[in-house]
Amino acid sequence: MQTRKKYIFLTFLASWLLLFFFGGDQLRRFAFFSRRKVEARRNWPHWTDRSLLKSFADPEELLSDGDPSLPSPRERQAARLSVYKNSRCRMETCFDFSRCEKHGFKVFSYPRERDQPLSESYSKILASIERSRYYTPNPEEACLFILSIDTLDRDHLSGQYVRNVDEKIRSFPLWNGGRNHLIFNLYSGTWPNYTEDLGFDIGQAILAKASFYTESFRPGFDISIPLFSKDHPQRGGEKGWLYQDSIPPKKKYLLVFKGKRYLTGIGSGTRNALHHIHNGKDIISLTTCKHGKDWEKHKDTRCDKDNVDYEKFDYQELLHNSTFCIAACIPVLLSDGWELPFAEAIDWGKAAVVGNERLLLQIPSAVRCIHPERVLAFQQQTQFLWDAYFSSVDKIVHTTLEIIKDRLLPHRSRSRFLWNTLPGGLLALPDFSTHPGDFPFYYLQHGSSPSEKFTAFIRAISPGESPSQPLLRLIQAVSRSQYCAQIVVLWSCGKPPPPSGKWPQSTVPVAIIQGREKLSDRFFPYAAIQTDAVLSLDEHTSLSTSEVDFAFVVWRSFPERIVGFPTRSHFWDPEQRRWGYTSKWTNELSIVLTAAAFYHRYYHNLFTEYLPAGLRELVDGLAACEDILMNVLVAAVTKLPPIKVTQRKQHKETVSQQVKGMAGAAGGWRFSQRQDCLNQLADWFGLSLRLDPVLFKDQVSVLRKKYPRLEK
Amino acid sequence: IMCASAKYNTRGPALIPRMKTKHRIYYITLFSIVLLGLIATGMFQFWPHSIESSSDWTVEKRSVHDVPVVKLPADSPIPERGDLSCRMHTCFDVYRCGFNPKNKIKVYIYSLKKYVDEYGTSVSNTISREYNELLTAISDSEFYTDDVNRACLFVPSVDVLNQNALRIKETAQALAQLSRWDRGTNHLLFNMLPGGPPDYNTALDVPRDRALLAGGGFSTWTYRQGYDVSIPVYSPLSGEVDLPERGPGPRRYFILSSQMALHPEYRSELEALQAENGESVLILDKCTNLSDGVPAVRKRCHKNQVFDYPQVLQESTFCVVLRGARLGQAVLSDVLQAGCVPVIIADSYILPFSEVLDWKRASVVIPEEKMPEMYSILQSVPQRQIEEMQRQARWFWEAYFRSMKAIALATLQIINDRIYPYAAISYEEWNDPPAVKWSSVSNPLFLPLIPPQSQGFTAIVLTYDRVESLFRVITEVSKVPSLSKLLVVWNNQNKNPPEDSLWPKIRVPLKVVRTAENKLSNRFFPYDEIETEAVLAIDDDIIMLTSDELQFGYEVWREFPDRLVGYPGRLHLWDHEMNKWKYESEWTNEVSMVLTGAAFYHKYFNYLYTYKMPGDIKNWVDAHMNCEDIAMNFLVANVTGKSVIKVTPRKKFKCPECTAIDGLSLDQTHMVERSECINKFASVFGTMPLKVVEHRADPVLYKDDFPEKLKSFPNIGSL
Repeated sequence: MQTRKKYIFLTFLASWLLLFFFGGDQLRRFAFFSRRKVEARRNWPHWTDRSLLKSFADPEELLSDGDPSLPSPRERQAARLSVYKNSRCRMETCFDFSRCEKHGFKVFSYPRERDQPLSESYSKILASIERSRYYTPNPEEACLFILSIDTLDRDHLSGQYVRNVDEKIRSFPLWNGGRNHLIFNLYSGTWPNYTEDLGFDIGQAILAKASFYTESFRPGFDISIPLFSKDHPQRGGEKGWLYQDSIPPKKKYLLVFKGKRYLTGIGSGTRNALHHIHNGKDIISLTTCKHGKDWEKHKDTRCDKDNVDYEKFDYQELLHNSTFCIAACIPVLLSDGWELPFAEAIDWGKAAVVGNERLLLQIPSAVRCIHPERVLAFQQQTQFLWDAYFSSVDKIVHTTLEIIKDRLLPHRSRSRFLWNTLPGGLLALPDFSTHPGDFPFYYLQHGSSPSEKFTAFIRAISPGESPSQPLLRLIQAVSRSQYCAQIVVLWSCGKPPPPSGKWPQSTVPVAIIQGREKLSDRFFPYAAIQTDAVLSLDEHTSLSTSEVDFAFVVWRSFPERIVGFPTRSHFWDPEQRRWGYTSKWTNELSIVLTAAAFYHRYYHNLFTEYLPAGLRELVDGLAACEDILMNVLVAAVTKLPPIKVTQRKQHKETVSQQVKGMAGAAGGWRFSQRQDCLNQLADWFGLSLRLDPVLFKDQVSVLRKKYPRLEK
Repeated sequence: IMCASAKYNTRGPALIPRMKTKHRIYYITLFSIVLLGLIATGMFQFWPHSIESSSDWTVEKRSVHDVPVVKLPADSPIPERGDLSCRMHTCFDVYRCGFNPKNKIKVYIYSLKKYVDEYGTSVSNTISREYNELLTAISDSEFYTDDVNRACLFVPSVDVLNQNALRIKETAQALAQLSRWDRGTNHLLFNMLPGGPPDYNTALDVPRDRALLAGGGFSTWTYRQGYDVSIPVYSPLSGEVDLPERGPGPRRYFILSSQMALHPEYRSELEALQAENGESVLILDKCTNLSDGVPAVRKRCHKNQVFDYPQVLQESTFCVVLRGARLGQAVLSDVLQAGCVPVIIADSYILPFSEVLDWKRASVVIPEEKMPEMYSILQSVPQRQIEEMQRQARWFWEAYFRSMKAIALATLQIINDRIYPYAAISYEEWNDPPAVKWSSVSNPLFLPLIPPQSQGFTAIVLTYDRVESLFRVITEVSKVPSLSKLLVVWNNQNKNPPEDSLWPKIRVPLKVVRTAENKLSNRFFPYDEIETEAVLAIDDDIIMLTSDELQFGYEVWREFPDRLVGYPGRLHLWDHEMNKWKYESEWTNEVSMVLTGAAFYHKYFNYLYTYKMPGDIKNWVDAHMNCEDIAMNFLVANVTGKSVIKVTPRKKFKCPECTAIDGLSLDQTHMVERSECINKFASVFGTMPLKVVEHRADPVLYKDDFPEKLKSFPNIGSL
């Protein structure tokens, strides 16, 4: 019994151990398990000798590929110049950088010839160039040349087609094989193939063209521009259609397309397939066969039904109510083989769903998968891009010029971040800085904050042997602010400023600048201003230290806006339902006077460099207009009204001067964004709030209050 | 096993009665232990292993020299030369990729073969260390598939990283005989050193037909934008040398050149720069008199001074990367690793991953012609920007240069982004270093839109059973001119809302929503009934706000549509004694929160609160029945980076903590609980997003010496 027990026990133990050690391994080879082996991923093998493998290149080879026997860089460049011409042009080979060195980036447009008809669109382009801050009437100074021959429509069937362009341009002494020339074109070739043929030799000229084929596009040289109609506004431009940010983006239709269905020829494939995604409910895809004169020749069975459907829906209504759309309004782009407009600067992936035409049928499912927050971002980005670069001929032309200018000095050019973030590349001047932290717009995205000190910038106008009493008081009050870094006095009254001994001793440095008696001078970007924040003051402004402190703290919350003290009272007239004023207190615009206001120093640069010179001259000729222009500028840039903060008492200024300034300004504005700024003006009237300290005039002990002096 | 137990069972009934009970138990125990052991063994051996160690089974333990040999006949087909007009829509077969819920392309790797020509001479080295690392990385990634039929992209195992190591014609033949070659459609080749003497083409010379090329030295003439991918030239030093990141700031040298075999013409230009600017420019060269055993690649010399390479790169602010015979230079990788800002002088060079990386943030590109002006150009770069470029350079190296894996995955991701553009990685994700990603905010409502006044707002009243007070609130709110709809969220499941006829008659639509559970988060649900952008959240006992105050609040919200605009303000403070956050409702000069018992905000934040609230905050709030307003304040401040706007002066509010103002005893537990909420939320968000401000919004003429009837909002601030 015992032996038997032991025997059984041992057998069990032995078989158990055997199974444990070998069984598993054996059983794995059974058919049942080997099926699993097939299912498992066959990965890239881990070679046993992988550590012995040789490197793809030995270090010497990597570090010294420059064989001195090779042609020298200069020879190579010369060789390159002769090889890469015309269709293979690049900036390095076809553009003469030396022309831009002496005078900077200047643009010359050929004088218009009387017998030369110009299309409406091309006159607008030329007008934009002439109004640009880069324009020069002197070809000697020019870096870039623009033809006066209308090259927009090169469809030889079109009425606008200009003949014999080749002969004409060859007769221009400045043509020089097209070097440093910029040619605009909207239409080339004709139906059905719409070739890229312009009907003349552009040589080494840069081509700015709408609907550019990738194949003929010379990267980094040509520019793809948006197609625009002759009714496209010269300036300003309609604001986008997005009025509200709705979430979920509930619109009537998810996806719409309405357009011509080319029955044959280029683009016919995709457009013929569009009806497959039409579901009549939230995806509307409509096509018409009516195109040109002889469409009935190619008519197919679907045409009649399509044409009926096509008439049923109103295009405008569709676009207003749709979340996504194909063509015409930006979000879903099916554009195989086309260069997207301004793709060198614009990141289209942030604004649109760029789809592949061959995956058209997947677009509905893809579009449904996009998260609502992404749709919201797309909508806003599209709107921003439209506003910043497309809404007027001016913007299209200026964007084209700025892209070329950026190529000239790569180290002084805008990063993609600046192009694709509000307020956009045209308003972010790389001459000021290329660092996002230096601008008032990007603190949040950049993760930085504005400087903790400000510069008081006082304009003194009363002449005298020594500074006037109000000026001395102002310097005293401002210098007592804990946030004040420096005081800069702009002495603009013709006489030399008092010697340094006459200026008060203060805890902060006081610098005197001799001005030129021009009103626009007060917004010149003086190098002496070294902080982000500027407190702009007039000699006769009276401010207390508390007011300055509080306003500065508020400005740090709104660094892109003007934060000012209201210098005028205005009131709501309930009977007439509008803002009213007494004879004593004039117009509403006075509420944002820069006689006492904080703003970012970058606005001095925009004022001096971005605004056309004519506008500044106008301001110099008028009294008390320059600060209104500054307000219009900031509002046009930020699309936001200024901020008003508590002020202790009313500022005194002569009213008559104010009224005169306003009338002059309203009559004579030649502001490039006239429409924008008028829109902004309307928004200013809506301004109904003022920022006060949290405990302002609350019934609580004065000891608790941080700014008790503001209440006196 | 089966046999043993069967035998035991058959004999069991006879055996067991004969045994003593003690033995029987002993046997049964023994038997069950063995049985259990067997089952456990089986489970342990087969089941978990089949998942855990599947790679073990399939990974063949062999040497690269054991791979099958393929003989290429001399007349086997050669692919066409690369087609310069290829783009994704012409040469790439997207149908292979299809719509894919994960939006990931599938990549197949051909198995490794050794190719020999007719005479048995090998065509190239089997595979280099780097290419093996690259293929391993792809194989381990999410992109990999071993099913050739499901693949969208094919990667040949033929190693073409270095053209110098190849026999061009035979390599092309090897490519052409791949099983799915099909003129190279959807095939991806990796090449870092293209061209060869004397003309050094900037793209791989191996005829490759339509295959995509991830190349390391493209010029604008050979790069097919949107089709090819420009990749870095990998520097093997990246793996060998560990250079710790050096903080940004000024460094000993301003400009440094460390390349060894510069063309004499370039070198003389650099030396002229040095002569002009003295000590701040350092031009290094190969060392001529190194003792044996010191690797020449790790030393650089200037006159008789010897410097360690690449460590010396960390001593300079800017490092020159000049083109050699090729445009792509491995030194770029070393320079980035050292956090030195590369000064790239290579006309027409397509920088690595330029399709997605914003090189202007990490480098300075100078045209070859402008080399003599390099010093003044670099001096014009602002110091703050230099520091940022130093950080950015290091980040580019860490993310996209440091290993073959990083290079391979970035390449595949770029191709993936082209195929699934609607799921593409954003500019910020590609370019922002982690520190910036952490500190920057991208406001979801970034476009400055002032909503039209005509749209009005929707008031949402959360109520349980205080019907009388609710009706008073409804009556009061309905007097506000811009109210467009009133929504009552009935949070009481045990009681029905009053009959329709009992509700106050008001001029705007009134809707009652019944909820399934009594949760605080019901207040912030994005109900379909909300058709306006503006939402006014109001408690069912807030009856003290005047119509002027509410209308003014709405006007203020229109100017700040991305913020919370509310009436009672609160503050968070750092308690130095307890070392944690504290909730404050006293008369303070600052605010950082507004209570949502009466606050305007954008409807989008309801969507965020319901679907995107981080961590377990939403459940935590519902469980504690408190702090939903603090959670909303955190959420909005975190996503916009902006402060709240408190409107109008302080009033007596009926809320638990306001009793202090009434002179009654302060509800201490309530305050403690609220402080706890702040600490809890700050830890979930990982930061304190709330912004403290010192201002509030008042009507323009508030408390000004002016006739009240002429003011647009006269009835403000009465207690």
